[in-house]
Amino acid sequence: MSTPLWITLLNIFGVLIATVLLAAVLTWGERRLLGFWQDRPGPNRVGPFGTLQVVADMIKLFFKEDFIPRFADIPVFVLAPTVVMATMLIAFAVVPMSPSIGVADLNIGLLFVLAMSSIAVYSIILGGYASNNKYALLGSLRAAAQTVSYEVFMGLSLMGVVMLSGSFNLRDIVDAQAGYWFILPQFLGFIVFFIAGIAESRRTPFDLPEAEHELTAGFHTEYSGMKFGMFFVGEYLAVILISALITTLFLGGWHGPWLPPIVWFCLKTAFLVALFILLRASLPRPRYDQLMKFGWKVMLPLSLVNLLATAGILLWIA
Amino acid sequence: MIASQIRSLWLVFKHLFRRNVTVQYPDQKPYLAPRYRGRIILTRDPNGDERCVACNLCAVACPPDCISLQKTEDPDGRWRPAYFRINFSRCIMCGLCEDACPTYAIQLTPDFEMCEYDRQNMVYEKEDLLIDGPGKYHDYSFYQVAGKAIRGKGKGEAQNEAEPIDIKSLNL
Repeated sequence: MSTPLWITLLNIFGVLIATVLLAAVLTWGERRLLGFWQDRPGPNRVGPFGTLQVVADMIKLFFKEDFIPRFADIPVFVLAPTVVMATMLIAFAVVPMSPSIGVADLNIGLLFVLAMSSIAVYSIILGGYASNNKYALLGSLRAAAQTVSYEVFMGLSLMGVVMLSGSFNLRDIVDAQAGYWFILPQFLGFIVFFIAGIAESRRTPFDLPEAEHELTAGFHTEYSGMKFGMFFVGEYLAVILISALITTLFLGGWHGPWLPPIVWFCLKTAFLVALFILLRASLPRPRYDQLMKFGWKVMLPLSLVNLLATAGILLWIA
Repeated sequence: MIASQIRSLWLVFKHLFRRNVTVQYPDQKPYLAPRYRGRIILTRDPNGDERCVACNLCAVACPPDCISLQKTEDPDGRWRPAYFRINFSRCIMCGLCEDACPTYAIQLTPDFEMCEYDRQNMVYEKEDLLIDGPGKYHDYSFYQVAGKAIRGKGKGEAQNEAEPIDIKSLNL
């Protein structure tokens, strides 16, 4: 390694702090955007444009009673929320944000991210199981089934990108998009990955694990205070992670004219995050069997077709 | 199916450019119509006397039973409430008391900002309810149109009232 230690440390802590802060700010940003889309201002009273709402929420969460039910499996109950936050933060390590920013340069970066986002589901399953509450357990069962179903084609949809760039390294994938973005040849893959990403981060319309109409709050019914806050930050981290991944894999990462690379990366990611929120603002939640049917009968065949077609065309050209 | 999903995304997105419907309440007061049903008052007639004649119709009409009053009679023959009490922690601002009132004494006003930290403070007594003016009806004075005799106004002296007739003189 030729880079000096302090640059590496700056990179690590910069990415860590920036992502956690962004996830916190997103709690405000999401409510604000949802408000605008519902013809109301959203939280706008704390600080300029309500930006200090995040601080107010944090203070509130820290001072809440940290309640652990007597019937809970206490060690698992306490550990579960940390898993989602830790895995999401670790996954950010391999996301290249600009030619100079990005913590690790893994050769299997893509697989690493997929693995980490899969481990995050443990947090929900364990949290729901340890709560010893039937709604929580139902929520975590749904989360398990949903993740297993959607993980399959989430990985498959990315194989087209891997074939085009010839690498699992996210940095190489971005470099391969210097000429054109992979969203053009891989539009189907982009759609499939985007939908799988929503399901993976358990956002509306795929938020069945915490469907508040049916399961009170799903897996985090028994959670309060900062433990609940960690589940939430984990969810927002997942949203940012999926958006950053889509940017990296399909939208050419930091490539773009005039502006510096990091600005392009942030702009593209912010656009995708806004799209996530727009989806939440407009689409209703499907029924559980519809979710499963959609996953296995529509998305999986689509991603397989995409895989075969991409492979066939690449072989034809070569 | 996909088309309708994308259409609803677009429709929701367009709302970004719509004006907010929210009234930012403490900074920006909403318009309240003159006959908005808010805090209840007791009014006085143009001479400055209490209009309320303690007939109890408001208390009877009141769905949550929040009005309580007791009649007393003045030496000059006027009826008035000895006490008049409205428990605003019960009041639902329905306005039925105003409808029931035969003398326009009880009226609702466009004011709803009456929060208290102590529930007991929501109970308004007659002194709290009485205002100095006639409210929405400026010229109405019950005793000047009613047949009841009071000091200074005998039988037959009210507006549009004929002289009383002694039926025994009619030789029926």
